[in-house]
Amino acid sequence: MKDSIKIRVKDLTLIFGKRKKEALRLLTKGVSKTEILKKTGCTIGVDRATFDIKDGEVFVVMGLSGSGKSTLLRCLNRLIEPTAGEVFVNDDNITKKNNKELLEIRRSGMSMVFQNFGLFPHRTILSNIGFGLEIKGVDKKERLIKAQEAIETVGLQGFGEQYPNQLSGGMQQRVGLARALANNPEVLLMDEAFSALDPLIRSDMQDELLDLQKKLQKTIVFITHDLDEAIKMGDRIAIMKDGKIEQIGTAEEIITNPQSEYVEAFVEKVDRKTIITAETLMFKKYVTCLYAKDGPKGVLRKMREASVEVLPVIDENHKFKGFIWLNDVLSTQEEGKTSIMDTVKEEVPKVFPDCTVEEMMPLTTATKSPIAVIHPETGRLLGIISQVSIMIEATRFDKKEIIDLKKQSKEQ
Amino acid sequence: MEKIIDLGQYVAMFVNWLMDFGRPFFDFLKNSGNGFIDSIEWVLTATPFYVVILIFTLLAYFKAGKGVALFTVLGLGLIYMMGFWNDTMVTLALILVSTITALVLGVPLGIWAAKSPKADKAIHPILDVMQTMPAFVYLIPAVLFFSVGKFPGAVATVIFAMPPAVRLTTLGIKELPKDVIEAALSCGVTGTQLLFKVELPLAMRTISTGINQTIMMALSMVVIAGMIAAGGLGEQVLAGINNLDIGLGFESGLAVVILAIVLDRITQAFGNPKDKINNK
Repeated sequence: MKDSIKIRVKDLTLIFGKRKKEALRLLTKGVSKTEILKKTGCTIGVDRATFDIKDGEVFVVMGLSGSGKSTLLRCLNRLIEPTAGEVFVNDDNITKKNNKELLEIRRSGMSMVFQNFGLFPHRTILSNIGFGLEIKGVDKKERLIKAQEAIETVGLQGFGEQYPNQLSGGMQQRVGLARALANNPEVLLMDEAFSALDPLIRSDMQDELLDLQKKLQKTIVFITHDLDEAIKMGDRIAIMKDGKIEQIGTAEEIITNPQSEYVEAFVEKVDRKTIITAETLMFKKYVTCLYAKDGPKGVLRKMREASVEVLPVIDENHKFKGFIWLNDVLSTQEEGKTSIMDTVKEEVPKVFPDCTVEEMMPLTTATKSPIAVIHPETGRLLGIISQVSIMIEATRFDKKEIIDLKKQSKEQ
Repeated sequence: MEKIIDLGQYVAMFVNWLMDFGRPFFDFLKNSGNGFIDSIEWVLTATPFYVVILIFTLLAYFKAGKGVALFTVLGLGLIYMMGFWNDTMVTLALILVSTITALVLGVPLGIWAAKSPKADKAIHPILDVMQTMPAFVYLIPAVLFFSVGKFPGAVATVIFAMPPAVRLTTLGIKELPKDVIEAALSCGVTGTQLLFKVELPLAMRTISTGINQTIMMALSMVVIAGMIAAGGLGEQVLAGINNLDIGLGFESGLAVVILAIVLDRITQAFGNPKDKINNK
């Protein structure tokens, strides 16, 4: 079931120190963290985090070290006991569970993957993977079968009898992942799972996890300090700073509409080309010409009113037909034709709304035409994108600079 | 110098009270302890010397390698030929009893200290005292409570040899990587499962070092315990000193050294298994 809420976190707060109650009272009163530290000696690890995670979603929590992201994650399975607030999984209040119920949740509902793998060096790979089942009391035969399944899921067949230190970092983390998957949990908690790996291997593992996720459809809470990783992995991203969640949204939402200076500074360096999509960039209040209805005169009038040299043409179902240029309309008029049907250029660039700027860039080289954004199924025109706006996104120059550059190139 | 505070007087008073009050208890301890020591001693002395040497040599060969095995067979052979075999076995019996007792008490204490910071705080200074107090001092209360003989020797030895077992058990568990413990917890282990499936197996290497240290310290104390008629090599060393018999002193001293080296190499080898698991 998509879009149903799997994990609900409400006002989750974690305070380090002895006078927690007093610190909490001050915090809810709105006293600053430095003031709380001065008065009570307590530091705030997580400050009233509230968010929902959807079923089957990869939810990334991103922040620099010390932002409280790993602490937040550990509050979800109560490896760290939260000071206040609530965590619901499937509307079941985790924070109210007694020890026995909590063990049950850790054994069956939530598994965790660690930055430094957290493998047991004295156990073979198979026995590492079967650990969760072993402590649940699953008998040896079934354990081996399930561990073997998990080992195949992560592509480590044949390594079952080896020991962790005989494997490379990437392979060790596959073991970590397999151990988490062997319990068949609904929720995977991944704490900087790929941060300790070499860049190339990290990228491979990211791809593999995404592939795996397509099949498994787990709910994944993924912690990272790397924005590029967050953008690649996350269906939605929460950005954390000093224990507080600054913003939650899709990568594109966060990049196009950062809600605080911190987030803005963070996303500034991001390669926007790969994230900004046609949907965000397109101009929606465009003037259109009707394919079978409008004549040259009408088109010219529309062009004059909008003061443009080119207009999109659609049919009676709002389906995109092509673009029409001012010069072509003028010659059609001189020829005395009353229909524009032959004048419309139908061989023009068209994209779907989820197409990124990077993907659109090649389209700008062959032609001067604007790009039409159409609905993937119906072919309806959704918006148009000018070449200049693609250039602005790709180069981060402002509009005037681009127009100047264009003029210069024409003069040469 | 004049005494301003007479601490010794109060300690003596306390010990006297304890002796009167706990007499039946101490007697019971002594009798059962002596029984334990005697039975082990009987096993070791009743077994023909070549069988004991063979067992030690085989242990050394399979666990520690050819060199140690060769040393074991030559060293123990020399002890036999010097005529110290019986004394050596008596000493060995005392070491075994003391070490086993020290481990049975020390390892759980070490686990407790690793788990509870409060226990650690309480145990730590006691261990400091136990280790820094001159070894002879332990002989005094041991003799007071249990008079002379093997059992008080063993008691003094247990007290003296226990600290490394406690310390290294605590250290072994505390130094385990945090993520491994967290990984186990995130799988939903109970406290007992965590201890027996993860912590103890992983800390085994450090704990083995503690066991090795305990044995070494037990050996040194058992020799000192010769002063209170605990028997064995210690008494021979003492006789050498008392009679200024250089020959006897050297021979008995050499027997102690040989026994020490054999025990050390073999127990160390148990702590460093040659398999791949602990290569890290």
